[in-house]
Amino acid sequence: MHPAKSVIIFTTLSGIGFGMLFFIGLGMIVPEGLMAFIWFAIAYLFAVGGLIASTFHLKHPERALGAFTQWKTSWLSREGVLAVITLLVMAAYGAGLVFLGTRFAYLGYAGSLLSVLTVFATSMIYAQLKTVPRWRDFSTPLMFLGYAGAGGSLMTGQVDYALALLALAGLLQLLNWMRGDGALGKSGSDIGTATGLGTAAQVRAFEPPHTGTNYLLKEMVYIVGRKHAGRLRILSLLMGIGLPILLLLAPFGHLLAALAILSHIVGVFASRWLFFAQAEHVVGLYYGKR
Amino acid sequence: MTQLPQSTDRKLGLVIDLDTCVGCHACVISCKGWNTENYGSALSDTDAYGPDVSGTFLNRVHSYEVKPETGPAQLIHFPKSCLHCEDAPCVTVCPTGASYKRTADGIVLVNEDACIGCGLCAWACPYGARELDAVAGVMKKCTLCIDRIYNENLPKEDQIPACVRTCPSGARHFGDFADPNSNVSKLTAERGGMDLMPEQGTRPTNKYLPPRPKDCSGEINTLAPMLEPVATDGKGFVGWLDKMLSALPGGNA
Ligand code: SF4
Ligand code: SF4
Ligand code: SF4
Repeated sequence: MHPAKSVIIFTTLSGIGFGMLFFIGLGMIVPEGLMAFIWFAIAYLFAVGGLIASTFHLKHPERALGAFTQWKTSWLSREGVLAVITLLVMAAYGAGLVFLGTRFAYLGYAGSLLSVLTVFATSMIYAQLKTVPRWRDFSTPLMFLGYAGAGGSLMTGQVDYALALLALAGLLQLLNWMRGDGALGKSGSDIGTATGLGTAAQVRAFEPPHTGTNYLLKEMVYIVGRKHAGRLRILSLLMGIGLPILLLLAPFGHLLAALAILSHIVGVFASRWLFFAQAEHVVGLYYGKR
Repeated sequence: MTQLPQSTDRKLGLVIDLDTCVGCHACVISCKGWNTENYGSALSDTDAYGPDVSGTFLNRVHSYEVKPETGPAQLIHFPKSCLHCEDAPCVTVCPTGASYKRTADGIVLVNEDACIGCGLCAWACPYGARELDAVAGVMKKCTLCIDRIYNENLPKEDQIPACVRTCPSGARHFGDFADPNSNVSKLTAERGGMDLMPEQGTRPTNKYLPPRPKDCSGEINTLAPMLEPVATDGKGFVGWLDKMLSALPGGNA
């Protein structure tokens, strides 16, 4: 799949933002007044920034309100609805802390739960797609939740949780890669079933329907850069998980914490790039590609 | 609405005969022509005369080489457009309700005025039947020519999809699969019409008729052109010419 910048930024940043709101809602940090305002501003910057980035992916963003209507069937719609509800609930919780100096605990808990659901809905946009066997796996939502938890705890300075969640996110990432690598082969779809003309060994794509490229190939049969996948995977793990853990284990310092966060975000960007670039869509089978 | 109808009154669709299709791409062109001039925004081309040509098509013809266990390889031309699936994943993923399946006839359509161009429906289709138009920024797909099949202003013989009307070899058939006595239902039953990627669970309406096995004698001697000429005792003018030419230097008399 084509690794569109807008979608990589969207999933990475909003994951971290809702991860932060999760920890804030649980009351792990209970800031008040101006400090509370700053904490919420940072969390919203990530969550909302990510959501805004996602609209750059739309060809007609002026009609985006329509995307809130089909939550009964569409995970993309559910994601939008959940994100807005979460932001509203957490805004009310935040207003209590900032202006009244009061913590409405249940509002916070509700916001935390909604944050988890929002990240889950984001992951399901991809995990629901039967056409991309690499994504359609239980490890996809788990990995998205793992990264959001790791990022959120890191950003809110929950060192113990961050250490555990970073390690967990790393393991879930490995699981997603391991299961994903054989997914297309195990999916049961091949050029034989795609054409109905025989077994995969008997059918060969002889001539494509067009001499140039087209939307399908650009969007769904993206194979550029796959050859660097192995190195990028290692880089992503080192930056996203390894280095932040080392930095957290070192004696605490604001500079080190900032470095850990920066490194983590770069690592997650790399992981998300791979998540798209390495994903094989079954339509590639019609072109004799994967 | 993106909730799929439990069942549709009619199931309009195509039967595509892989045995008959000669891969002329006429259906591709007539589809592009009709659907650029009619329903919805045009099917755009970008850099049409430059090095990086690309364009939107609702119907495309692939070609495959198939090697059976015995006998020579076959070349199969393979037209592909929206199959108007009964469990259409492209419809349920759409966040805006722009994609929908009609209860009356089962046709899967896009309401271009509501489409935000997110592209998710194209991701959800296993067959590559949806293309986001580069210029209009909305999702395009086969409409089964709704603006022909119900168009009373057209002569009766033109009230079928453009591709079916155009196909010179009769490889494309249009009809109602809900009616067991329709042309398409009968063809499907007689010729073993099949689903593409049934494992994807989309339950396509369109059916493909498999190519029939070739009834060739088996042996084709590739050395045939190098055989000796059959007639060695030519008579009349040809015989005389043969004798004269053979007598020349380099002849083989
Ligand atoms: S062929 Fe693709 S676009 Fe057409 S109904 Fe089926 S899934 Fe949807
Ligand atoms: S591109 Fe348009 S029709 Fe397709 S899912 Fe998005 S809004 Fe719906
Ligand atoms: S017009 Fe008919 S014969 Fe020509 S490519 Fe289309 S289906 Fe095949």
